[in-house]
Amino acid sequence: MRPDGSIAPASLEVGQVVDGFRLDALAHRGGMATIWQVRRVDPPAPTAEAALPLLMKVPRLRGGEAPAAIVGFEVEQMIMPMLAGPHVPKYVAKGDFTRLPYIVMERIEGSSLRERFDAAPLPIDDVARLGAKVATALHELHRQRVVHLDVKPSNVMLRRGADGGEGDAVLIDFGLARHDLLPDLLEEEFELPMGTSPYMSPEQVRFVRDDSRSDLFSTGVMLYHLTTGRRPFGAPSSVHGLRRRLYREPTAPRSLRPDCPPWLQEVILHCLEVRPERRYQTAAQLAFDLQHPDQVALGERAARTGSGSAGDVVRRWFASLGNRQAIEGGAGAQSARSPIVLAAIDVAGAEPALLESARETVLRMLEAEAGTRLACLTVMRINRVGMDELVEADGTSRHLNLLIALKHWARPLLQAPGAPAGAGDAAARITFHVIEAPDPATAIVEYARRNHIDHIVIGARSSGRWRRHLGSVSARVAAEADCTVTVVRATAQAG
Amino acid sequence: MKLALVADIHANREALAAVLAHAATQGVDRHAFLGDYVGYGADPGWVVDRLRERVDAGAFAVQGNHDAAVATGPQPSMVADARAVVAWTRDRLDTAQVAFLAALPLTHVEGEALFVHANAWAPADWAYLQTRREAVHSLQATDRRFTFCGHVHVPMLYHLASTGKAGEFKPSPGTTIPLSAHRRWLAIPGSVGQPRDGDPAACYAIFDSGEHVLTFHRVPYDHAAAAAKVRAAGLPERVAERLAGAP
Repeated sequence: MRPDGSIAPASLEVGQVVDGFRLDALAHRGGMATIWQVRRVDPPAPTAEAALPLLMKVPRLRGGEAPAAIVGFEVEQMIMPMLAGPHVPKYVAKGDFTRLPYIVMERIEGSSLRERFDAAPLPIDDVARLGAKVATALHELHRQRVVHLDVKPSNVMLRRGADGGEGDAVLIDFGLARHDLLPDLLEEEFELPMGTSPYMSPEQVRFVRDDSRSDLFSTGVMLYHLTTGRRPFGAPSSVHGLRRRLYREPTAPRSLRPDCPPWLQEVILHCLEVRPERRYQTAAQLAFDLQHPDQVALGERAARTGSGSAGDVVRRWFASLGNRQAIEGGAGAQSARSPIVLAAIDVAGAEPALLESARETVLRMLEAEAGTRLACLTVMRINRVGMDELVEADGTSRHLNLLIALKHWARPLLQAPGAPAGAGDAAARITFHVIEAPDPATAIVEYARRNHIDHIVIGARSSGRWRRHLGSVSARVAAEADCTVTVVRATAQAG
Repeated sequence: MKLALVADIHANREALAAVLAHAATQGVDRHAFLGDYVGYGADPGWVVDRLRERVDAGAFAVQGNHDAAVATGPQPSMVADARAVVAWTRDRLDTAQVAFLAALPLTHVEGEALFVHANAWAPADWAYLQTRREAVHSLQATDRRFTFCGHVHVPMLYHLASTGKAGEFKPSPGTTIPLSAHRRWLAIPGSVGQPRDGDPAACYAIFDSGEHVLTFHRVPYDHAAAAAKVRAAGLPERVAERLAGAP
């Protein structure tokens, strides 16, 4: 560092070796940073890393440069080493601020989500699939106690899948991010709201930086754009313009694109609610709805038209004035408080006493956390090979009968005293799924994984004869699931 | 090098033993003692003896206001509870133990770090450092990049950017916090023997001077036993109550 606090301009060139990394090519020169393709030459890369293509991100820091670039890079250097998993670039190394600051990370092979926006509006299925990928990546990030706070198309990469197709979404650029358990270096730094104007949540406009639901608002802006070809709040360049999202309802997507299904409008406008507590509470819940369109409970948002009346303006403005129900304990705690519970119920085979025990257990969970969502699942066993009887002897559909039985099982939960006021709200928290599979345990475990389930409730048969005959589904689920599993037994009968 | 930052032991034998044992499991190379070894608690002699052993083995220690009070008499600014304990403590230390406390320096500088009990701007005045403004005042009074101090019994981390903007942060135990090289840092590990944030577990922190990372820790210990000794010694009841997390 120079005596005046500025950092010497980096004059890097191809072929140069920095701390053992050889600069192979300039990949990108941006306003805030330059990106180099590098590889480790001295010492040679450890085998685990050898196949990993690498990038070196070097901030453009000249004397007198805006402090945003410096602090943003400090934040990124602090947070990236804390992150793990397929939805972020793997962190490799960082350079000291007093000499040459840089971050070496995995280069994501694939394409930027930004490219898809040139083709917007996209087919509805593409919007839902891309949205679910982004939400899944955000859920993984939030579980690691980090809020991104700059979710936008150019900060999402789509990893090239093993088959060469479109793989997972990967979040990049953590320069505005905030980690629950680390000092927020940006908190005191600036007088203007931080973020990218089209995507910034209302609370970010008001300098709030600790709410994971801000990222869901930004995701809603992207979904809106992909669906309609337009941004819901434009791209304002002034703080005054930014604040319009506090009182202006966006034009309903279906008014811009009549073939936008009501469920998608419901999902998008749910993300774009001005108050965080009226949005999806977790990215997992958003991903769930995008993966199960037929299960989205349609409310007033699905029916909206145009851009709202003067009354709507007043209503949104007043909503924005209310005190935000802040997340206590930050991003990670929010996921814990708004879990998705999977009730895996063998409605066709289980004894009545077991069905009741399972329902009691689920009921207590719904009562304990108002943010809980419940997915009720039953597996319709089919043979691995050969023809299955898809209709009952009386000619009715087995699948439909199971769904009816499952809904009947869940009916008392809709009236749960702990459920939020209004049957509509309770109904929106509960979804129903019948899946057809030869092996119930595998089907349940895979379903839970795909849908980011936090907690599985499953019944255990009490009859030893049946358990011996069929093997224990609950034991296998408990052993193989990634999440918490509660195994319920029927209360033992006296005598 | 992993340096254990140990502050405000206050003659609490049970808490110090638990912290030293915990630090040993964390691969600590060395100890920095940040003052107030005595006062409030019932085991001043035992604590001072452990301190002398560690200092003989390469640790370093700075003087706190309670140590100075026992060595040279209470300061006029001292609260009543503390004042009452000074005379009691002095009666339980031998000449060598008192001389050891009297000879401790007010500050210790090593590498990029300053170690001081209360603050860097006037170490002998024992003013409390409780706000961001006071943290900046202290950081501006030293050319060291890191300041470690005690005196305030609540864990806290302050930082100051080259732009002059300062921030404060309540650390969570067990999280390793990277201390960015582009700013200056002031850390208060919290009190070993008299925590005052409602959690009775002992506080300390570990600074890795090579990696420039800091980890705050909370160590549970038998605070009921320590409180029973305080009561048995006839020391102020409030001191005993605070060991259980009373405000």
